[in-house]
Amino acid sequence: MKIALLGNPNTGKSTVFNLLTGMRQHIGNFPGVTVEKKVGKINVDNEEYELIDFPGTYSIYPRSKDEEVVYRSLCNNQSVNYPDAIIVVVDASNLERNLLFFSQAYDLQLPIMMVLNMTDLAKKKHKEYNLDEIQKLFPEALIVEANARAGMGIDRIQSALLMFKGREGDTFQTEVIAMVDNIAQQEIETEARFKRIASILPSIEVIRLKKDSKSNKLDRILVHPVWGYAIFTFILFILFQFIFEFASIPMDLIDSSFSSLSDFLASSLPNGVFTDLITQGIVPGIGGVVIFIPQIALLFLFIAILEETGYLSRVVFIMDRLVRPFGLNGKSMVPLLSSVACAIPGIMSARTIPDWKERMITIMVAPLMSCSARIPVYTLLIALVIPNKLLLGFISLQGLVLFGLYSLGTFSALGMAVILKLLIKTKKKGFLMLEMPSYKLPSPRNVLIIVWEKVRIFVWDAGKIILAISIVLWVLATYGPGDRMSEAGEKAQIEYSEKGYSEVEVDQYVASVELENSYIGIMGKTIEPIIEPMGYDWKIGISLIASFAAREVFVGSMATIYAVQDDGEANRPLIEKMRSEKRSDGAPVYTLASGVSLMVFYVFAMQCMATLAVVKRETKSWKWPLIQMGYMGVLAYLGAWITFIILS
Amino acid sequence: MTQILSKIKNGETAIVCQIEESSLKVKLMEMGLIEGKELQVLYRAPFSGPMAIDVGGYVLSLRKDEANLIMVELKPNKA
Repeated sequence: MKIALLGNPNTGKSTVFNLLTGMRQHIGNFPGVTVEKKVGKINVDNEEYELIDFPGTYSIYPRSKDEEVVYRSLCNNQSVNYPDAIIVVVDASNLERNLLFFSQAYDLQLPIMMVLNMTDLAKKKHKEYNLDEIQKLFPEALIVEANARAGMGIDRIQSALLMFKGREGDTFQTEVIAMVDNIAQQEIETEARFKRIASILPSIEVIRLKKDSKSNKLDRILVHPVWGYAIFTFILFILFQFIFEFASIPMDLIDSSFSSLSDFLASSLPNGVFTDLITQGIVPGIGGVVIFIPQIALLFLFIAILEETGYLSRVVFIMDRLVRPFGLNGKSMVPLLSSVACAIPGIMSARTIPDWKERMITIMVAPLMSCSARIPVYTLLIALVIPNKLLLGFISLQGLVLFGLYSLGTFSALGMAVILKLLIKTKKKGFLMLEMPSYKLPSPRNVLIIVWEKVRIFVWDAGKIILAISIVLWVLATYGPGDRMSEAGEKAQIEYSEKGYSEVEVDQYVASVELENSYIGIMGKTIEPIIEPMGYDWKIGISLIASFAAREVFVGSMATIYAVQDDGEANRPLIEKMRSEKRSDGAPVYTLASGVSLMVFYVFAMQCMATLAVVKRETKSWKWPLIQMGYMGVLAYLGAWITFIILS
Repeated sequence: MTQILSKIKNGETAIVCQIEESSLKVKLMEMGLIEGKELQVLYRAPFSGPMAIDVGGYVLSLRKDEANLIMVELKPNKA
């Protein structure tokens, strides 16, 4: 039996879903749209129920992309998601508004259950409802009281599942549900429903006392012109502290375990192409995905907690006016913040922005926020060309440059947003209309499920593309036209052996020479004239191409080219080698100018296939990802070129 | 005297008279803003940002543009 789980936002719908289905959830997409579809299984008395979690909506009429699926699935009995029965979660502390949607759902003539949730909150707001009167209004509905946050009422919902009964034609309102584009009829219908609800409300709800004074007091601080922003800044500070400082511990661990795994496999498997593919292509490819999990998990842990407590909607509230001149919505804050870890979950979370234009702009600029994959590149280049000095005795120059790179990304995101705001034409006006939920303690279960989902999205969506490209790049780096590679390799072998180098060193030089003569090496050399104005040579060119799948590959690729052991975070031997690298005229390759130019290039360039794929899926056309790659490429090239000219 | 919601000061209570015809009308109604509904302006975001109003016990935030669509009648404060 297929059951649709519906309800207004902030009614505790997902808590109900999580409690009913536990971790037995499967996430897919609604057909034709990119809206996430969560399906869970419930077993009661040997009967299996399939519970589909629909996006929260205030009415059956959609206002954002997310909400369209509710109308399309429920108002069309040919839809694959057309349910056999529906459960609507209703916020007992706000019956009037919640009953609008319930009454619409009731009139669909499907077997229906009302879960009267948040009964505790209703009590706190001194509201009492009359269950008998509600039952009289909806005689054919099952009504169950619950307080899902405290885990109460779940057993009642489960037993009620067995009692779903067929409908006999009772309706709340005779007006039929309007067509999705018939706004006039929707108005009439909505108004008529509310009139009826308002007229019966006094009989079903008694309000003893008004005002939720605690929330109100807290709000006065959290949206205060000074304190509000100060608190938000402080929270951001803590968040970045976690991402940068604490995430590095598990990340180092993952890094070293994957390289030992590669080493172990390389020594235990028989020599050959297949082993090389595993140890140099697949294992590092998977490692390159897994390494970002700690940062992504930590960031979403924070965001989920902020969301669960209700604070996030206050952030939207105070930021909306500030970001509106940039064509963004207060709701763009979450996508942009998430993009600091990874643009992929960030872009996907832009779905909650109801306005198409504001959503598009958010998606288009999100990858300019410096993501975690850029950190290894920044770290290497900063250590290479920025002196480790203190400014004014206490500000680290290197830290300042890193901060500058993040700021450059953020400000250019805002700048691009303004340009896009002028370029994208639309008749519709954006809107906010946001419910500010009461503050509550986050439920650990909900938080963990959110973190798990985001990590899963990253590993699955980004991971498979990063892995696929890693393998392609491995092929390009392992093979070259004809015998060119092996000949060059053999020559190097003889040459460096004669010079008396140790076996390990000879191997490193051979690897370097082979890479130079591989397909990717040839590609790097081919683009040298194009990248020369920015101060780069073909070795950098190879690494630029190699890091197209994932930016951090730049570091590993450089290590191979310079024939040094990749020793993880510190990169000491690599930095020494790069420092001594000279051009044919004897001038060093890596100067302040070329180094900073390369940093600027990485701030802007869309070096991430996985992001492009997600943008394509979210916007349902190749147009947007191509524009995005184009404008970011132009920014990267011009930015790096100008930087190089100014600094040299 | 009717006036637009965005002109109502924090802490004041008003009653919805009418919502101007626009594409947002249905959406505003769905949020509970219907004729005769009593609401209280709670607070505003800085820099003339959105305003938060209490609509029958829940808090709704609206941009100024959205609040401009709502005609209300000020309810005298019962001190």
